[in-house]
Amino acid sequence: MRATAWMGTDRVKVIDVPDPRIMNARDAIVRVSTTAICGSDLHLYHGYIPGMRKGDILGHEFMGEVVEVGPQVRNLAVGDRVVVPFPISCGHCSSCQRGLYSVCENSNPNAGIAEKTMGHSPAGIFGYSHLLGGYAGGQAEYARVPFADVGPLKVPDEVPDDQAVLLADVFPTGYMGAEMCDIKRGQVIAVWGAGPVGLLAAASARLLGAERVIVIDRFPYRLRLAQEHLGAETINYEEADVLDTLNEMTAGRGPDACIDAVGLEGHHGNAAMYAYDRAKQATRTETERPFALRQAILACRSGGVVSVIGAYGGFVDKFPMGAFMNRSLTLRTGQCHVQRYTRPLLERIQRGEIDPSFIVSHRMRLADAPKGYKIFQKKQDDCTKVLLTV
Amino acid sequence: MARVDTVLLPELDGPVPATLPSALGLLSVALGAGALAAPGPIARLTGLDDSPVARAVLLGVGVREVANAVGLLSGRRPAGWAWTRVAGDVMDLTLLGRALADRGGERRRRVALTTLAIAGVTAVDVLSAVRIGQARRARARVIRMQVAVTVNRSPAEAYRFWRDVENLPRFMAHLESVRADDLRRSHWVAHGPVGRRVEWDAEIIDDQPNTSITWRSLPGTRVPNAGRVRFVPAPGDRGTEVRVELRYAPPAGALGRVVAKLFGEEPEQQVRDDLRRFKQVLETGEVVRSEGSPNGISVRQQVMQRPAQPLPAFRR
Repeated sequence: MRATAWMGTDRVKVIDVPDPRIMNARDAIVRVSTTAICGSDLHLYHGYIPGMRKGDILGHEFMGEVVEVGPQVRNLAVGDRVVVPFPISCGHCSSCQRGLYSVCENSNPNAGIAEKTMGHSPAGIFGYSHLLGGYAGGQAEYARVPFADVGPLKVPDEVPDDQAVLLADVFPTGYMGAEMCDIKRGQVIAVWGAGPVGLLAAASARLLGAERVIVIDRFPYRLRLAQEHLGAETINYEEADVLDTLNEMTAGRGPDACIDAVGLEGHHGNAAMYAYDRAKQATRTETERPFALRQAILACRSGGVVSVIGAYGGFVDKFPMGAFMNRSLTLRTGQCHVQRYTRPLLERIQRGEIDPSFIVSHRMRLADAPKGYKIFQKKQDDCTKVLLTV
Repeated sequence: MARVDTVLLPELDGPVPATLPSALGLLSVALGAGALAAPGPIARLTGLDDSPVARAVLLGVGVREVANAVGLLSGRRPAGWAWTRVAGDVMDLTLLGRALADRGGERRRRVALTTLAIAGVTAVDVLSAVRIGQARRARARVIRMQVAVTVNRSPAEAYRFWRDVENLPRFMAHLESVRADDLRRSHWVAHGPVGRRVEWDAEIIDDQPNTSITWRSLPGTRVPNAGRVRFVPAPGDRGTEVRVELRYAPPAGALGRVVAKLFGEEPEQQVRDDLRRFKQVLETGEVVRSEGSPNGISVRQQVMQRPAQPLPAFRR
């Protein structure tokens, strides 16, 4: 089959590989109909995530048709149309049973390595480094889905791929980011990052009853999406001082909750600030560029919540611990426990409460994946979200 | 834990009985006491009674032997004291050699006989010192580890799976097979590097249903090993804490190197991996595999991991 493979920093290639096969009794094989490039795939693309090998198949957002099931899979049948959550979760460990699917205790065969850097291992993830399992990803014609009796959600025909594939990651991730803010009536939520996850976090904050939503980014076309589709207020951090503007907008209180939907490759309006962390990252004395996180902590209302859904991989410098501690902030975070959200969010889509596909800017063929990565990386052609059809 | 060593691995006290240093000590006491109490008769017996210094030398030898006996019987540094005896023997043989040179007739015959007797004692001392040293090194080589994992299953379920020892190869990666001969005894086969196998028989020496299992290899095994697993209810209804203690004594030489490779440079990491697989099998039904780690968990394999893409058909 054809599959998108990581070939080194800034290099992906669509190559021929063997077709996947059932390896465990609870596996299913899915013929992929639509897959997507995620912002976190760009971290891999840029080489910031350790444990990648040349030839690794990428992709953790995909959906398609079940073509084969293992002997222990009884909830799915050949021909079912399913969307697959990005964390691989066994459903039987203590974490899964408490709904903490993204920290499944069994799904990372390389847990011993992950423990060395993270203390304990999180769940395995499709196409996301050997540190997180060494699983082949879904930017391919076929994908093997472990624990298919737990993760995949059947999608009714009336919900198109454009909407359903977003249930694999970005919509649930954005939704969990908003949910962790514990939004009450009248609250103001600020979101750093107007990529797919940030926009869907802003949309979810609206769904969950936020009074005002403020989105912070530097790309006017993305901020425009937030204004036009979500009625959000926006701040372009290259044009305005974020902290001053937020204080002004909230009459000095600061946002009640702040969502970091940026993660480890942030940018900063001040060139010197950017250069500091960029240099440390380049020399590997710091693995992240945590501008959004630092700013979110400083901006947040005292006693408020900072919700981190942007991806981080290692260690951050200059964490404003003093502000965080002295102002009684709460930090909530996690890779999304997608399996918790797929069904309720599908129902919201079916009820017409939200159409998450407003973020989709490009639809391409799988063969064009390298071009998709390039324009997404360079933010060319007003790129927000690239879907690949197979 | 030191107690567990000797309880679980009695083989470590062989090939040298623990009494060997004491026996040498008693020999020293007898020789030393004789030399101190009756230097005259001993000098006659050994054919040295014509020498003016014989009495003084014999008294010196007696003091040396008694000191040596105290050392051997104290139980500290037995190998060192055994070699001290050898040094004393060499000294005696040197003196006897010189005595032999300037004597004749009956005295010469007695000195020769004495030399022969001391040479015999020397041989025994050398052999004992070597064996005491070997035993000490074997004990120092014993690898001990304690590893634990929490499994979301009841102690009874975890116990039941482990008690069927034929299940062990399903999660212990270095095992090729375990065959239960009866309820207590079993035959274990481990696969080593370059196709070499290590086999041994083991027996369950203590079995507390749903609580713990203790086993050890039978005497005569080239790689003495023993283990205990306890199944402790985890607090807060989180299943079972499976706590494993393992001991094994790799032999010296080529077989020892095979065993060392078998367990790798980080034996504890391998046992940790084994327990992770045990958890996977109990909680999910089998060992979880990915394209990059098709054989499941193994930290040792990480460096040679294949790319995360489906395995070629012929690999199956």
